Amino acid sequence: MEFNRYQRQTNLNDFGPEAQQKLKDARILVIGAGGLGTPALSYLNAMGVGTLGIIEQDIIELTNLQRQVLYTEADLGNSKLKTLVAHLKSQNSATHFITYETFLNKDNALEIISQFDLVVDGSDNFSTRYLVNDACVILNKPFVSGAIQGFEGQLSVYNYKGGPTYRCLFPNMPLANEIPNCNVNGVLGVIPGIIGSLQALEAVKVVAQIGEVMSGKLVLFNGLLHRYQIMRFSANPGNTIIKELKESYGSENCYPITTINSGEFLKIWKSEDTLQVIDVRTEEEFKNDPCTKSKAINIPLNQLMEFNLDMDINKPIYLICQSGQRSSTGVKILQDKFEGFSFVNVAGGLNKLLILQK
Amino acid sequence: MTILLFGITKDIVGSSTLSMPSSSEFGAKNTKTVKELRIYLGKMYPELNKLSSLAIAVNNSYADDDTIIDNFDEIALIPPVSGG
Repeated sequence: MEFNRYQRQTNLNDFGPEAQQKLKDARILVIGAGGLGTPALSYLNAMGVGTLGIIEQDIIELTNLQRQVLYTEADLGNSKLKTLVAHLKSQNSATHFITYETFLNKDNALEIISQFDLVVDGSDNFSTRYLVNDACVILNKPFVSGAIQGFEGQLSVYNYKGGPTYRCLFPNMPLANEIPNCNVNGVLGVIPGIIGSLQALEAVKVVAQIGEVMSGKLVLFNGLLHRYQIMRFSANPGNTIIKELKESYGSENCYPITTINSGEFLKIWKSEDTLQVIDVRTEEEFKNDPCTKSKAINIPLNQLMEFNLDMDINKPIYLICQSGQRSSTGVKILQDKFEGFSFVNVAGGLNKLLILQK
Repeated sequence: MTILLFGITKDIVGSSTLSMPSSSEFGAKNTKTVKELRIYLGKMYPELNKLSSLAIAVNNSYADDDTIIDNFDEIALIPPVSGG
């Protein structure tokens, strides 16, 4: 089956079975499963990359659908990562997926990236982009960077065989509000499809060692004028060696949420009688494991979008689940929906609380 | 001299290209450098000064502040973009 499956590319003189084998042996990490990550992943998966890592913690929102074309209306409110992986598995059952339902941050970046040969950066904020750069430089991994805004896109392969890095081109991270960040500025839906596909192309070229990799070259795409420009740039020795990550990269997450650690939460859980707590686990989990029952109400995560909040606006509302993951998503959903309220995620969830209570 | 504008610089200036009058428009008599161009553009469009990183390309090559430019060069202002 495999031979037939890829014959349209293994037939190519400049590709062949050797390059196909290199794709199969490759381990590629894609950061972000949004506008850039979804087309990049679809093609990398279709073309036969053996191992794909994906980092994403967002949920699917209505405003995503104009550009993140793999997601459907039926997926609203669901995890991007889970939805996407289900789709990719049905697309290619031979691919090995390694998933991280988290955001890349200073504490997990080196460990995660070290497990891959190549990184495709499709993140939506500068903090993550500079973190990816620094971690890849430390670990000596090349990365294919794509970024979009409005009708434009940028693409380059950084840190490839001693070539320039992101900081050689843009040494300093833009300050907050200096340049639109976190997709606050608009983008025409098809632009990330184009740039994300080009990222898949560059990733395949790096892995299969074919063609001319866009290292030391910044591709600038202007969709309105249909103009591609390629700017050459060279490495600045000061930016090609990084020993450790910076103290802080600002918020690597576009939607920072308030959290409380399990120890502190346990204290107030025990001492206060009128806590406002929402358990976002499924009805079944809530019923079978009634440890939050005394003080929490149960609104499963997938019902948060429709739920009418009838709680005290002057007091914090705590969200809890088994591990703290779904509740963090829940906080984000409720923050967007109910302004003025303060929602707090119980980090580590019930798993952590149970350990503490023992 | 034509200056192509990308990303936020397009929004700051209000168009995708900027035509610069020739000669010693930005203060220098004989030679002009990227640094002088930066200063001149910063006076015309103060918002540009706020950018922490703004790459300038001369004839499709990244240019540092000492790069000399003339009226026939094509310049591009390239800020980073973050969208994904």
